[in-house]
Amino acid sequence: MSAPKRVNETLYFAFRNPKVVGAAVVVGVMLLAAVLGPSLVAFSPTERTPGATMLPPSGDHWFGTTMQGQDVLSQFVVGLRSTFLVGVLGAAIAGAVGLTIGFVAGYRGGWLDELLNMLTNIVLVIPGFVVLIIINAYLGVRSLPMQALFIGLSSWPWVARAVRSQTLSLRSRDYIDLARMSGLRTGAIIRREIAPNMYSYLFMTFVLLFGGSVLTAAALDFIGLGPTGPDSMSLGLMMNQAVQWSALTLQMWWWFIVPGAGITIIVGALYIMNVGLDEVFNPKLREM
Amino acid sequence: MRTYLLRKLAIYVLTFVVAVTLNWVLPRLMPGDPIQTMLSRAAVAHPESIAAMRDYYERVFGLDLPLWQQYVNYWGELLRGNLGTSVWLFPAPVSEIIGGAVPYTLAVMLPSILLSWVVGNRIGALAARSRWLDNTVLPVGYVLTAMPYMWLAIVLAWSLGIVAGWFPVAGGYDFTLAPTWTWKFAVDLLQHWFLPFLSLFVVQLGGWAIGMRNLIIYELESDYTNYLDALGAPRRLVRGYAFRNAMLPQVTGLALQLGTIVGGALVTEVVFAYPGLGKLILSAIQNQDYFLLQGALLFIVLGVLVANFVIDLVYVLVDPRTRTGMQGATA
Repeated sequence: MSAPKRVNETLYFAFRNPKVVGAAVVVGVMLLAAVLGPSLVAFSPTERTPGATMLPPSGDHWFGTTMQGQDVLSQFVVGLRSTFLVGVLGAAIAGAVGLTIGFVAGYRGGWLDELLNMLTNIVLVIPGFVVLIIINAYLGVRSLPMQALFIGLSSWPWVARAVRSQTLSLRSRDYIDLARMSGLRTGAIIRREIAPNMYSYLFMTFVLLFGGSVLTAAALDFIGLGPTGPDSMSLGLMMNQAVQWSALTLQMWWWFIVPGAGITIIVGALYIMNVGLDEVFNPKLREM
Repeated sequence: MRTYLLRKLAIYVLTFVVAVTLNWVLPRLMPGDPIQTMLSRAAVAHPESIAAMRDYYERVFGLDLPLWQQYVNYWGELLRGNLGTSVWLFPAPVSEIIGGAVPYTLAVMLPSILLSWVVGNRIGALAARSRWLDNTVLPVGYVLTAMPYMWLAIVLAWSLGIVAGWFPVAGGYDFTLAPTWTWKFAVDLLQHWFLPFLSLFVVQLGGWAIGMRNLIIYELESDYTNYLDALGAPRRLVRGYAFRNAMLPQVTGLALQLGTIVGGALVTEVVFAYPGLGKLILSAIQNQDYFLLQGALLFIVLGVLVANFVIDLVYVLVDPRTRTGMQGATA
């Protein structure tokens, strides 16, 4: 089967899968809000309107206002932007590290495999979130790319492990032997012969890593270890401020429901998309 | 079985060494000077007394020795159970402060982890058998897994605590009560415990249910199931085998999830101002008490390692292959 045909077939089944299409629409709408929203909203996220404090959702302020009279909707769209950014960056870093280590360990084998395996096991057992807290607190890193970097560096082990076991099983196939005998270099074999068999799997892994990064970043921001700056805003930080200013006891539900719901919708849609993608890539599951 | 456990043990010991080293290195990479922070907080006027105090603190925290000596001392103190002195609650020893917080964290975490695992596996196994249940469990499960831990905690605190007024939403016990061995205090303790427990339990439930459902469906499509079906074995028996086989990955999953759940529990404690390790870590950060922070990290790592090892022991019981030395699952 030629490559373009396979791509077309995948797309055909993807467009027919209600889970994939539905989730893609939801994520697409949120992404659009994150990209266009900040320039469309009438207020700046940190701007304080003295007369308009603690307002419930209304025509003027769709998602209400905070204790200081900041518009929750504008905070939300700006926060969405950093959510997507931290998700993409964190997933890309974790994916790259996990992929490299998994490929090398699985393909090379021997003492290198043992060493990388040990490293993977160590990082896997240490509670990543606690280490993130400590690193954040000590190094005082308060920028979004740094946050994404640290999240990425703590969340790759399960990718490495899965990629390693898949590589192990693939490398003993006949066509890999053939490629090796024909003098192809290791890098080329991994790139051209092994990796294409895992593209669908890697895509799904990226989706999961994205969700994981978003959740971790939200938790870090919530305990006050997120990026700080006059204009930085994130969904986790919104929840942090809501709790700090006792929005719970004041019954200002819009202040904390909105950001959490945003995260839940994005990550939930991605998880459902993953189930759909599984059906698209795996013909056995398709008839359902 | 011996090789399996020894291998695991080696990984855990190595992990602990790495964690301790990391813990020792990080504060030394930190920008700024913790002693300076302490001194400026003490607001001492005379420069000569500042110098004397600096000497004193450096000796107390062992910062006046060469680096390698500090590292060796650190290990020595650690193995004697000494985690240093807290800066924030000076001069209380870190191990004492942590000891006061651990029971609360354990009381919330252990039941929520174990119960959500047992109940989730049950629900997942049931969902694999009925289409109606499957259609409800799956979407609900995905939404639950996608929720940030603290958000569910906030929503529960607001809805059940403040709007409905059924549960207190902050603290480990009522501030007007002193900890005593009375029924009144026990009930109060339980009331404060319930919401943190519930939020952790609920947020973990979905993942286990979905995992179990997928595993059972996979097992029910496998060769041995078809063979048993062809032989005319009762469905109950087949499902029993599928359940047993699906349990193995779920046990491994529990070990893999432990680290993540710890993070979730810490954030949940922050929401409810529950006096466990999470709250402690937050206070340590806010008060720049790096010794307390270090101690808490080490304690958590140790806890996760011990829990992992217990799960490995359970694995030997449920998976016969590890007992016969086939090393079926070294994962």
